[in-house]
Amino acid sequence: MKAHLSRRYLFSASHRLHSEAMSPQENLATYGKCNNPYGHGHNYVVELTVSGQVDEKTGMVCNLADLDSFVEREVLARFDHENLNTLQEFAQEVPTTENLCIQIYEIVHRGFAHAHLERVRLEETMMNSFEYTG
Amino acid sequence: MVYLTRKAEFSASHYYHNPDFTPEENLRVFGKCNNPNGHGHNYTLEVTVKGEVDPRSGFVVDLKQLKEVMHRDVLEALDHRFLNKEVPEFIHRIPTTENIAIAIWQRLVSKLETAKLHRIRVYETPDLFVDFYGEP
Repeated sequence: MKAHLSRRYLFSASHRLHSEAMSPQENLATYGKCNNPYGHGHNYVVELTVSGQVDEKTGMVCNLADLDSFVEREVLARFDHENLNTLQEFAQEVPTTENLCIQIYEIVHRGFAHAHLERVRLEETMMNSFEYTG
Repeated sequence: MVYLTRKAEFSASHYYHNPDFTPEENLRVFGKCNNPNGHGHNYTLEVTVKGEVDPRSGFVVDLKQLKEVMHRDVLEALDHRFLNKEVPEFIHRIPTTENIAIAIWQRLVSKLETAKLHRIRVYETPDLFVDFYGEP
C-alpha cells in the first residue's frame, strides 16, 4: 500500500533580498526591510514529503536513516549557518524562500532515489511557508 | 465537499524487528528501533473525513459518533499498549508509523456512518509523520 512520509528539519541562514535587475528605489519598494544591505536571518523548517509502497519486509516507505543522512549531507550542510547570498545557487537569483524551496526540491529530486519526492514545504517563520511540488 | 479533521493522542511502545532477517540485518536496517525491549512515543492522530454538509444539521459528520468510533476502535486498542505484543495487526507486521496509519485506516473505514474517510495522519514525533489515503 502507498503511504506518504513527512519529515521536518531545521536550519538557520541569513539572506538579503535584492535584485540586480531593479533600481535601489525599486528594490526598497519591492523588498522593504528584507532589502537591508547587511542581511538578516531566519530559522527555516524544511518539511519533505516522500511517497511509495510500504515495503513488506521493513514496514517502511523508505529508511528514515537514509533520508536523514541524505538531507544532512546535501541540504543542511549546504545551507545551515550560511549567508545564502554568498552561495553558488544564488549567484544569479534572489534567495527568496520561494527560490530556496525550489533549490531544495531539485537537490532532493535529483539525488534521493529511495522514495518519490512529493513536496517540499519550507517555513521561513511560523507565519510564512512555501510549497513546491515540481 | 467539506473536510473535517479530528485529533487524538495516544502513547504506545514498539520495536522494529523482522524475524526473517539475521540479528545483524535487523540492527543495520532498524538501528536503535531494533531494541527488543521497545521504546515509546506520544503519537498524535489526525482523522480527516469528507462529505457534503447536511442541510438540516449543518454537519459533515456527527462528531460525537466520530469521537466514539475513534475512542472505541483506535484509542482503546492502541493507547498505553506495547504494539508488537498487544495489538493483533502487529503480531506479524512491524508497527512502523506507516503500518500504524494503515491499521487505523482499516479499523475506521467501515465504521463511519455519513462522511467518507479521507486521510489518516499519524505523528510519531512533531518532526515525523505519515499520511495514508487508502491507496493500494
